[in-house]
Amino acid sequence: MSNPTEAIKEKSMVIQKEMLGDLFTQLSNAKENGKKVVYTFVPGNLTELILALDMLPVYPEINALQSGMRKKSGSYIKDAEKLGFSEDVCTYVKCDIGMMLNGNIGPTGEQLPPPDLLLLSYTGCFTFLKWFENLERLYPGVEIAMLHTPYQEDGKITDDQINYMVKQLTEEVIPKLEKVAGKKMDYDRLSKMLENSSKSEQLWVEVLQSAKNVPSPIDSYFAGVYYMGPLFTAFRGTEKALEYYQELHNEVFERMRLGLHPINPEGEMKEERFRLVVEGPPNWTNFREFWKIFYDMGAVIVASTYTKVGGVYDGGFRHEPEKPLESLAKYCMGCYTNLNLPQRVDLIEHYIKEYKADGFLINSIKSCNSFSAGQLLIMREIEQRCGVPVGFIESDLVDPRYFSYANIKNRLESYFQMLEQRKIIMQQEGASI
Amino acid sequence: MERLTKTIKECESLAFDLNFKEAKKWKSEGADRVLVGYLPIYVPREIIHAANGLGVGIMGVGDRKQIIKGDAYYQSYICHLPRGIIELALDHNLDGFDGFLFPAICDCVRNLSGMFKIVKKGKFTRYFDYPQNFDMNIGGTFYRELIETVMADIKAINGVEVTVEQLNHSIALYNKNRSLIEKIYNIRQEFPWRLSAVDFYHVLRAGLVIPVERHNEMLEEVYSVIQNDIGEPMDNIRIVISGSFCEQPPIGLIKSIEMAGCYIIDDDFMLGSRWIMGDVDATTDNPLNALVSAFLEKSVPSSAIYDVDNPKGKRLVDQVRMRQADGVIFCAASFCDPALLDRPDLQKACDEAGVAHINFQFHENTGQFKVIKEQAGTFSDSIKLWV
Ligand code: SF4
Ligand code: SF4
Repeated sequence: MSNPTEAIKEKSMVIQKEMLGDLFTQLSNAKENGKKVVYTFVPGNLTELILALDMLPVYPEINALQSGMRKKSGSYIKDAEKLGFSEDVCTYVKCDIGMMLNGNIGPTGEQLPPPDLLLLSYTGCFTFLKWFENLERLYPGVEIAMLHTPYQEDGKITDDQINYMVKQLTEEVIPKLEKVAGKKMDYDRLSKMLENSSKSEQLWVEVLQSAKNVPSPIDSYFAGVYYMGPLFTAFRGTEKALEYYQELHNEVFERMRLGLHPINPEGEMKEERFRLVVEGPPNWTNFREFWKIFYDMGAVIVASTYTKVGGVYDGGFRHEPEKPLESLAKYCMGCYTNLNLPQRVDLIEHYIKEYKADGFLINSIKSCNSFSAGQLLIMREIEQRCGVPVGFIESDLVDPRYFSYANIKNRLESYFQMLEQRKIIMQQEGASI
Repeated sequence: MERLTKTIKECESLAFDLNFKEAKKWKSEGADRVLVGYLPIYVPREIIHAANGLGVGIMGVGDRKQIIKGDAYYQSYICHLPRGIIELALDHNLDGFDGFLFPAICDCVRNLSGMFKIVKKGKFTRYFDYPQNFDMNIGGTFYRELIETVMADIKAINGVEVTVEQLNHSIALYNKNRSLIEKIYNIRQEFPWRLSAVDFYHVLRAGLVIPVERHNEMLEEVYSVIQNDIGEPMDNIRIVISGSFCEQPPIGLIKSIEMAGCYIIDDDFMLGSRWIMGDVDATTDNPLNALVSAFLEKSVPSSAIYDVDNPKGKRLVDQVRMRQADGVIFCAASFCDPALLDRPDLQKACDEAGVAHINFQFHENTGQFKVIKEQAGTFSDSIKLWV
């Protein structure tokens, strides 16, 4: 086993750290500087609209996951449960509510400002709606804008759905944003931002697709959750995000050119033994330990569905500066959890084949019906269609009570053994042909 | 009285016929008839009726079917309802259904719509994505298009072109259905002993699997009998049940609550049958718009609808006051995010209004009611002591 060392810091990581530091400073000074604050969700977010009106976004899910990583979520969840929230419901919601009950202290230790607007664009998850109803009660009188994103129930985005969303945007959401911002939307500025978004998205897709290379230069899940940050949250459409993705792209492609393996918190992987596709979010409370089980075994995640919750860009979607609202509508509807189950199966099958994966693993999250309901059928379908070994583990996003390290490690070890045996058999069969 | 007993017996067997024999028989009696199954909570059954179809409510299997396959499709931390429904589908109980509608209540139901697509059940399956925007030109237009899509799905099967007259006729029949249901609730509010909660439950649930015309006859009969002074009042408190709008509590649970001294005088068990509060206009030359505006303006408070301008807590308290109830029993299915995430706020509204409440969770196949009975009994005693 290697000794834990200081994480290797590449330039892109430094840029991202600066971006986040700057955002949280701006947030903590928001009230003094007269900046308006908008709480909103990650999947299907309307970040360009918020930023084009000079407002600052806050993402409650990100707060929850950060609380998970900082080992605060357990007590936050318990506080929410004391308030009457059932043990059974989504722990992101409870963690966020618990954090508010405890002074709304953000990841940098500074207090987050209360919202001037709750922008409920709920893509791919019904619980978001309940979450914001609860937030509204915690901030009585706060302005609210609602964007209903229709589900891709028939496996496609229809014109009726686009029209519905564009109408909501033009007649309700944007006027509400403008009212809170105290200024009119500058559509030229919005288009410029969407152009930046589109460029960043292209770079992001190329980074993701670098994992098709054998060996993969990246881990698309554990490192992917860091890589996706700027694009999926407060920075999409900014020059800084574009700079970040350019830098990340350079680094990844250089690694690929040199035939290097992914970086992890202990350094660089030395060997790629297994290539996996993973479905479902990671656990945040024990993120590092969880990741370590994989890299210790030489397992690289070459594609994951979780890194598509903020947009399935590798499916071809890009924000379009010429059609800003229409493309925002399509963006919201195109996020992974807004795909129907057959689409999800097709996407996973595509990943397994395109990325030459040895196996498919589901991390089923207790909290998240949006992801989890139907995963066992997804698993059967993939097994039938792709013939790769499938694995299934269970944990939670931010509730430490549902992360059993020993259990997960045992299961994964058996799974890796199965992959190993299959490899040997396949090599033998290959040799005998 | 004898007639009532007979009707209730009939309703009981209809309500839990997991082979949907009556609905299938109805279909077999006409060449262009279609069966459209729908999950909780609400779909506008009027449009199916007008297209020579029967909307059939699929409310889960309760404790009437052992789940074997369904458990292999769902993790332990997902509610019970969808596993029972996938079991029905895989066991061919739903063969003969032409299509399925999955109303937008939660992601379990939403994803189940995709599971039905994968296991290839029905000629169509639709996630019925209610608008969460209540402007006639925005959410209304979207909802109308959604309804038209379902109508096109049915027409593709039976070729029936729905006329204004037919749709108005169907609307009138469902208006009558809802109005009779409300009348029975109103009588039970004053004289709950005249029809037990369990019997009423069976009467309501039977209405999900038979033609509305027949259900209306049954309701009329029940209504006429319970206008008479029948049954013996008991020293029970009156409560409202909240949170059982999707996965249904087992009959034993409903019975236990009443036996513990609580008359259930209002509830959300069959919320879909009571969804529109009041009548939908059945006299217009645009009945689709009438259905749309009824949805936008007259929907019952529910966990499925974004409620920021019209808080559910206040509406629950109003309901308690209107029914002159003594308290609320929050009774939600385990792992039901929509009900359980609404619960703290509803409880807070009750606390602020001085409305007593207790809560418990159940599975549709819960078999032990001792604890629940004790809890409900203590609740009843404590209210009797203080009122
Ligand atoms: S249910 Fe899943 S997608 Fe929805 S808020 Fe919870 S964790 Fe997020
Ligand atoms: S019981 Fe609740 S969680 Fe389960 S399907 Fe119904 S609404 Fe969804």
